[in-house]
Amino acid sequence: MAEDAQLQKHERERRDFLSCLGSAIACGAAAAAASAVAPAVTATAATAATTGGPAPAIPGYDWSKHSWAFGVDATKCIGCLRCVEACKKENDVAPDAHHFRTWVERYVYLEGEEKPRVDSQHDPVNIAASGSESEYRFANRYKDAKVEKAFFVPKLCNHCTHPACVQVCPTGATYKTADGVVLIDHTYCIGCQYCVQACPYGARLFDERKGVTDKCTWCYHRITKGLLPACVEICPVGARVFGDRNDKQSVISQFIQNNRVHVLRPETGNAPNVFYVGTDKDVL
Amino acid sequence: MNTLFEASSFTGYVYPNETIIPWTLLIVVYPYLTGLVAGAFTISSLYQVFGFQQLRPVAHFALLISLCCMLVVPIPLLLHLGHPERAFNAMITPHTTSAFAAFGYAAAFYVLLLILETWFVFRPQIVQQAQQRSGLLGWYYRILSLGSYDVSDKAMSYDRKWIFALAIIGIPGAHGLHGYVGFVFGSLKSREWWSSDLMPAIFLFSAIISGTALVIVLYVISCKLRKVQVDLPCLTVMAYALWGFMMFTLLLEGVEFASLVYRGREGTEIILEYVKGPLVVPFFILQFGIGSVLPLLLITFMIWRGISGKALVAVVTGSAVLVLLAVLMMRYNVVIGGQEISKTGKGLLAYHPPIIDREGVLAAGMVLVMPFILLLGMVWLFSPWEEETASGHAKAH
Repeated sequence: MAEDAQLQKHERERRDFLSCLGSAIACGAAAAAASAVAPAVTATAATAATTGGPAPAIPGYDWSKHSWAFGVDATKCIGCLRCVEACKKENDVAPDAHHFRTWVERYVYLEGEEKPRVDSQHDPVNIAASGSESEYRFANRYKDAKVEKAFFVPKLCNHCTHPACVQVCPTGATYKTADGVVLIDHTYCIGCQYCVQACPYGARLFDERKGVTDKCTWCYHRITKGLLPACVEICPVGARVFGDRNDKQSVISQFIQNNRVHVLRPETGNAPNVFYVGTDKDVL
Repeated sequence: MNTLFEASSFTGYVYPNETIIPWTLLIVVYPYLTGLVAGAFTISSLYQVFGFQQLRPVAHFALLISLCCMLVVPIPLLLHLGHPERAFNAMITPHTTSAFAAFGYAAAFYVLLLILETWFVFRPQIVQQAQQRSGLLGWYYRILSLGSYDVSDKAMSYDRKWIFALAIIGIPGAHGLHGYVGFVFGSLKSREWWSSDLMPAIFLFSAIISGTALVIVLYVISCKLRKVQVDLPCLTVMAYALWGFMMFTLLLEGVEFASLVYRGREGTEIILEYVKGPLVVPFFILQFGIGSVLPLLLITFMIWRGISGKALVAVVTGSAVLVLLAVLMMRYNVVIGGQEISKTGKGLLAYHPPIIDREGVLAAGMVLVMPFILLLGMVWLFSPWEEETASGHAKAH
């Protein structure tokens, strides 16, 4: 369903783009005879210049008025993985242990060990515990060990301000929207997977069923209708927060304002827009 | 589902989406082929531009090798794409910030350049065949002559100027194209194994040695098939070129690896674990030991002892075969190796290429064989051997 909506959106975008292009050409021709239509051309060009493309035709939604961001409070996450299952269902992600738009990492520091033991739901031991590649849970594998410290860290696409994936895409099929979301036009992606290589966070996946790259969209089809991303909505403990940074009273603005947040791998220069609280030096 | 992809096993922690290796054997073959193009073109240009007369027996042959490899270069890329029918999107709407967006243009330009230079080089032969042959082949040569049968001294002098100019443009063209392939890997900051400023230079020098080695091997094979003597001065010059460029390649690779270890940035530990473990056989034994040091020692011995005759042919050809293996292993170790080291810096993946798959061993092998099938046809249509040109034409007559 979500995929259909997205495809329809892209189709609408394409039609609008062609319509705008047609208008621009027509206006351009008319401008030679009458300069009165010039402002209309300028307005179209200006929109394209600021957003990198035409705005989507979503009723009642103006992407220039939002600046979306995501927050993760790792101190709250209980590793129930309902977010992972919700995401898979909402976004038609392949139901196996190799394709994820979001995942949860478990960091366990055992007594006498300097480095944490890290695993996620795709680990064979955890898959064996769940009994299926399409159901996710963390196996109780450390029950007999002396655990000094342990925590969970939800991961997803960081929708970076300077996304390496967008930089390397040879066709421009993946792009940054005006409201801060990194999306992929599945009808234009050639499936070269250069973006998969470029993402330092491992957030991109290749959908072999469709021959295109896929990733978290922060449930763009939901947030543009005023809903929350599926993972945020289902989280039973409020470990995931989402909102509009343009609204100073929004949950995300308050989250960033009231906590000492950090981002993952700041040295890459990608400038992520997923803000973390309560992780540790070993979290990458 | 499992028929759609091949998941790799892993140790330590890898991101969940990393278990399916994105770039597999076809992307190993792709830089290997572009390297052969650049190397063979270098040999051709050493004669056409820099006047190395000893290379005259292989100059035209090297050009055909370069063209045949270049014509196959897009195939592994197209086979790899999820939507090959959309490949032209990269040329219709190239994304200017992408390191890969200009590849279509660069490759198309270089293919045209190679075709044009080949046409000029073989024009006298085309004209002669067009005038002598009848039937379908006659038509073929007549179309290829583009209606110009002028092979006067003045016309030949004009052609030579074109060949010289195209060869000069082709040098930065061929080397730029391959350096560019190195940049596609080296510019990615997400993988420590690839992220190196030296990557384009390493790709370039390894390209030159692989192309030179290929010309050596194919030239010697062709001599055996044609039952003619191998031109020893020609072979010796190619062996010297191979030796010199190999020194550069080894030096650059050594410096790159030493820098990576010496800098000791985050992730170096897992790289060292990888180098000391799964990489021992493919890197230290196959690529470095058998493929690089051994041929270097063999050619050094040849130069030192001044050996000649059949022993020279055997040593140089054997060394060239080993170099071809080493460069293929280098491509494999770079492309696959980079992806076997997890982006987490906490785990390693083990890629086992499937035999029968769209990107499996069989498919990659077939792509690697394609340039040689093309070359067989090309050599049949345009004989690059001077001594045969006259007799071949006499037969046609």
